[in-house]
Amino acid sequence: MFEGISVKFGTIFKKLRGRGKLSEKNIEESLKEIRLALLEADVNYKVVKKFIHEVKERAIGEAVLRNITPGQQVVKVIHEELTRVMGPENNKINISSRPPTIIVLVGLQGSGKTTTCAKLGGYLKEKGYHPLLVATDIQRPAARKQLEILGKELGLPVFGDGRDPLDICRGAKDLAISEGREVLLVDTAGRLHIDEKLMKELKQLKKVFQPEEVLLVADAMTGQDAVNIAQAFEGTLGISGVVLTKLDGDARGGAALSIKAVTNKPIKFIGVGEKLDAFQPFCPDRIASRILGMGDVLTLVEKAEKLASEEDARQLEKKLLKDAFTFEDFLSQLERIKKMGSLQDILGLVPGLSLPNQALSFDDRQVVRTEAMIQSMTREERKVPHTIDGSRRRRIAQGSGTSVEEVNRLLKQFTQMKKMMKKMGKMGKFGKERFLNFGT
Amino acid sequence: MGYIFERLKRSLSKTRRNLSSKLENLLKFRGKINSEVLEELEAILIQADLGMKTTAKVLEKIREERLKEPADIKPFLKRELVSLLLDCPRSINLSASSPSVILVVGVNGVGKTTSLAKLASRFREENKKVLLAASDTFRAGSIEQLDIWGKRIGAEIIKHQYGSDPAAVAYDALSAAQARGIDILLIDTAGRLHTKKNLVEELRKIKRVIGKKKKEAPEETLLVLDATVGQNALSQAKLFKEALKVTGIILTKLDGTAKGGMVIAIENELNIPVKLIGTGETLGDLVEFDRGEFVEALFSS
Ligand SMILES: Nc1nc2c(ncn2[C@@H]2O[C@H](COP(=O)(O)OP(=O)(O)OP(=O)(O)O)[C@@H](O)[C@H]2O)c(=O)[nH]1
Ligand SMILES: Nc1nc2c(ncn2[C@@H]2O[C@H](COP(=O)(O)OP(=O)(O)O)[C@@H](O)[C@H]2O)c(=O)[nH]1
Ligand SMILES: [Mg+2]
Ligand SMILES: [Mg+2]
Repeated sequence: MFEGISVKFGTIFKKLRGRGKLSEKNIEESLKEIRLALLEADVNYKVVKKFIHEVKERAIGEAVLRNITPGQQVVKVIHEELTRVMGPENNKINISSRPPTIIVLVGLQGSGKTTTCAKLGGYLKEKGYHPLLVATDIQRPAARKQLEILGKELGLPVFGDGRDPLDICRGAKDLAISEGREVLLVDTAGRLHIDEKLMKELKQLKKVFQPEEVLLVADAMTGQDAVNIAQAFEGTLGISGVVLTKLDGDARGGAALSIKAVTNKPIKFIGVGEKLDAFQPFCPDRIASRILGMGDVLTLVEKAEKLASEEDARQLEKKLLKDAFTFEDFLSQLERIKKMGSLQDILGLVPGLSLPNQALSFDDRQVVRTEAMIQSMTREERKVPHTIDGSRRRRIAQGSGTSVEEVNRLLKQFTQMKKMMKKMGKMGKFGKERFLNFGT
Repeated sequence: MGYIFERLKRSLSKTRRNLSSKLENLLKFRGKINSEVLEELEAILIQADLGMKTTAKVLEKIREERLKEPADIKPFLKRELVSLLLDCPRSINLSASSPSVILVVGVNGVGKTTSLAKLASRFREENKKVLLAASDTFRAGSIEQLDIWGKRIGAEIIKHQYGSDPAAVAYDALSAAQARGIDILLIDTAGRLHTKKNLVEELRKIKRVIGKKKKEAPEETLLVLDATVGQNALSQAKLFKEALKVTGIILTKLDGTAKGGMVIAIENELNIPVKLIGTGETLGDLVEFDRGEFVEALFSS
């Protein structure tokens, strides 16, 4: 139903391959498909229009300059543009030199403000700060209780006494000053962006307390309306950044592009689960891949990690960093993958792999063949794959009852996988921690 | 009925204003229907979250019909969209043998608990005896939230502790409902993404456990969808339907600027009727869904 752009790119590749350089006509053709894919990813109609226009300008400009295949070029340009528009990476939380720093979370009902408030509290606590969680949602039943339970889980105090949000904030600020808490994280009631009375209330809060950050918390599943929401919160209130929640599902997350395009405010963090540590810095190129349907490496890692012990994970990571990942490791990964169920699903999550594999249609039978090929390699070959020359390839093919083409493909795939994993190994510190903590 | 229509119209008025004013502009267009007009129309439909497939289908129809005058578009569109929606009864299923059981499911934060409370409140107004089951034992504050709604409505609630088995809560609640001569039992569940197999399995277990105690139960499995959500709503409906045989949809948050256009594809492709719509945060903000009124309210000027 939601075939990603990767499938479409597959077609585009086929259409464009062997045609030499990009002409305006075949750019046009592939852009049509990309436009569709972006719309299917929920990127706002107008944003898509503008985006496609810009990409086209760039692609045509580049066509004469470069000499890679046209398909690669289009994908590269699109991915780069998407990454650029949603970037640059910025997950800095502005901490004032004159405490307490005030951070206010705003957004529609049910977008994830309260959860994010707690997650951010945990994040800042880990960085050595002493946040105070402030419960100003007096609208939703038991909203304060919700934050209190979350605060307790994190070992963070929660303040929620007062007549109205302003009053509660005042009390919280006093408490923070007297107890040396340098950050106030203010949870607010959900509100519609067109609710004038409630928007005014937030404006008032902002005016009185001059918060260092006003973060818009938005649901990654948001559709076309994302632009209206973002525009209204930015226009009437003024925000300093965005947190995108619920990215642990299968939504393509086109809202990220829509929101960034209309507000030009950084998307700082993402929520990837209900647990309080399911919180990560926003990484533009990963979301770009996701919007394009090129997959989310981390999701794959997450799945794999559930089956791997923490020790295994550490080992694997070391290998990745040292670039010492071998076919031996690949074999044991395959074992794991087999246990995870639908391969199609999982491979679909890996950028780089998803494209060539569309053609391969990597099913479970394929796993058996792949295993056979690896098993037909000598120990030495498994460790140093680049020594596998033509005659060795023939031998492996024979030994495993496969063909030389298949062995070629496997070797190519392996190289790609290694590249991808190396990238993963280079994730920032926060990302790496998560990498090690998966499944816990 | 007139009252409901007025209300729906009012609650949808923002939607209506938005769509129809764009449409009106389009209709003022003097020449013939050309690619520019069709593109404008595409923009309107997509921005209402109708989705690519439905939009393409409708545009294709317009081309096929060889509509020439822009003024013909509106009545045609209305008819077309109505015909994509299901022609079926949309009342809440209750069985003759009490208690009827209503299970409420959906992804995180869409409005399950609030909608359940609205529904319970409506039954209370009809002097039915209702009982609420706090089967969301996961999300912080969920039990207290339901408790508060229960008190406001004047309905009792069955609850266990956080972290306990949601199916056990449902089972206990059904036992209590049977013992107390309750008419309708409403079961609140924790929000969960449709893609999380183990969590969806947890809902299947609730259904199984209830079904053992009362064969026809749950009489309704209502999926709550948020109108703000885009294409993903289709994926939600599909996976929840596959796992749970969803019998109806509640479409919430139509008081905002989101159009909820995805339900057209959902009804058309998955055959799940939208039964109710949510138009605000208070108990009264629950309205019957009627396809004619829905489309009428979208387009009438
Ligand atoms: N504007 C508006 N807000 C709504 C509507 N329905 C629910 N809400 C609000 O949306 C938020 C989430 O509602 P809940 O009923 O707690 O949602 P839920 O699906 O039970 O959430 P979880 O249990 O956390 O998954 C609350 O702030 C509700 O007041 C609606 O129709 N319109
Ligand atoms: N799956 C998932 N659920 C989330 C995420 N963030 C929040 N939630 C859930 O979404 C629902 C609404 O969140 P909440 O913080 O209460 O939203 P608020 O109404 O904006 O304060 C709750 O069920 C949360 O557990 C996320 O990143 N992923
Ligand atoms: Mg909240
Ligand atoms: Mg709930």
